[in-house]
Amino acid sequence: MASALPPLALAIVAIGFPIVLTNPFFIALANQVFLNAAVAVSLSVLLGTTGQLSLGHAAFVALGAYGSALLAQHGVAVPASILIATILVGLLGWGLARLFLRLAGYYLAIATLGVGLVVAVVLRNEKEITGGIDGLTVEPLALWGADIYSEVVWYYILLAALTLIIAATLTLLKSPAGRALRALHDAETAAIALGVDTLRLKVQVFVYSAALAALMGALYAHYVGFISPNAASFHRSVEFVMMVVIGGIGSIAGAVLGALIITLLPVTLADFEQFETLVAGSILLATLIFLPEGLVRPVKRIWRRRVS
Amino acid sequence: MDLAILQFLSSGITEGARYALAALGFTIIFNASGVINFAQGESIMLGGLISAILVQAGWSLPVAILAAVLCATLASILLQKISLRVLQRSGILTVIVLTVAFGMVVRGTVRAAAGTSTMTLPHFSSAQPLSLMGATILPQTLWVIVTALLVLAILGWFFECSRMGRAFMATASNAITAQLMGINTKMVLLLAFTISGIVGAVAGAVTAPITYTSFDAGVMVGLKAVIGAILGGMGSIPGAVVGGFLLGIAEALTAGYVSSAYKDAVSFLMVVLVFLVRPNGLFGRPAVERV
Repeated sequence: MASALPPLALAIVAIGFPIVLTNPFFIALANQVFLNAAVAVSLSVLLGTTGQLSLGHAAFVALGAYGSALLAQHGVAVPASILIATILVGLLGWGLARLFLRLAGYYLAIATLGVGLVVAVVLRNEKEITGGIDGLTVEPLALWGADIYSEVVWYYILLAALTLIIAATLTLLKSPAGRALRALHDAETAAIALGVDTLRLKVQVFVYSAALAALMGALYAHYVGFISPNAASFHRSVEFVMMVVIGGIGSIAGAVLGALIITLLPVTLADFEQFETLVAGSILLATLIFLPEGLVRPVKRIWRRRVS
Repeated sequence: MDLAILQFLSSGITEGARYALAALGFTIIFNASGVINFAQGESIMLGGLISAILVQAGWSLPVAILAAVLCATLASILLQKISLRVLQRSGILTVIVLTVAFGMVVRGTVRAAAGTSTMTLPHFSSAQPLSLMGATILPQTLWVIVTALLVLAILGWFFECSRMGRAFMATASNAITAQLMGINTKMVLLLAFTISGIVGAVAGAVTAPITYTSFDAGVMVGLKAVIGAILGGMGSIPGAVVGGFLLGIAEALTAGYVSSAYKDAVSFLMVVLVFLVRPNGLFGRPAVERV
């Protein structure tokens, strides 16, 4: 009973939020949190199960965004364009993972870093296609013949997307494949000895993670209606890593909480812009030193002790 | 050989020297601890920027550089202290993220204290370009090349001949055996971060007159250093140096003959190409798993 209480309360708050707080600024902020949270969840699964760091998740987000935007520009209907862009980025992730997971260690992290650099450079310079640093105007999402602009409607679309992604991820982690994945993280050698095809699982998780990031990127593009190469920057990729680490690597709730903190940070520090890097870096550093499990797990433990 | 290629090579070697020294520092830390240090570029930034600030405040150039090197080295030692603590408790992945966080804190501190303006150091000797076989080369480029060679020679002697350096090499090849042989592996770790900080800061200071510097100048160099080290073969010290120089020269040639916009993409394309042919890098050995 008690363990069902927090999720229920959370659901009520999430659904009621735009009804109580009608200020579009807050709703837009919440939408940003949902988008970031979903990407953070995808990254957290990757880190938590395979132990592989991605320093290029912003690039996957940006590829999803630009991919879907360009497809829509060439006449593909918007929901279909989102799907195609997601699948294409998933394929790219598959190729990368196949190439760089052959080696043990952190080569994949470097590969994702490289992809991030290349994507940012291409987006900035191929002006005819991507609009260069001026960015690209994106067509709106059309559902049942109506273009969707309303912040509130987007709020529910993004909330639904995030909820679905969390549900899918939790299901995945509880499935036999998911249990094998956790074994992978805890004791890779033992997992191999038990007949788990670790390479294949790692590749699959990477593809899942990259595709989710692309999906959120595509949604972002059609929601905001405008994209620029900044979406692919190394800085953005580091922000996603921060969300995951602050919340706790591998924790789904942690990824959401981390996304909330990192998304709201620049807003609260709006008047002290020169301190932004310092504050964000210090929060991350302090978490790593003092709360190596992230924010969520210790809180959960205290909550459980209280209840029982 | 036409003149343009000489020009490109000279700028490539300058940039390459920076990458090579950064990759060298990166590899030294990787060998001693297995940590991928994403804050490597920050010692280069600190070396250049603090020198520039102090010179502007009226300090003489050698004293300013010495102070900057000292600051960068202290930062590197601080990173080592924190890393060791986190490494024992949370493992290597957390430490890798930690280096990213540390880099942000260093960058953020410099930004809050000194602002975002781009600064430069005065040229060490004349700023008048020399004419060499028809191409023009800045005297500072020669400073960069000589300094890089000097640093490499000193480190080469240190690792091959000195007692401490050989203790380092023993630890890098097998930490547990080295410890059983009576080598103080903790001291080796401290040594690695100290050397890496010094090398980075020196590289930052000597290249600052040509490349300019600002609070975020370290990010790209640090990332390129990682890529250079992988290109040469992760863990190989000569590989890191060669990889760094190759990267610098390839970028300069791309900027010259193809497009300066795509110079940053070259590094990654090179890594992919090398990976397809030699999965362990140019100088790497097949032994892969490091724990």
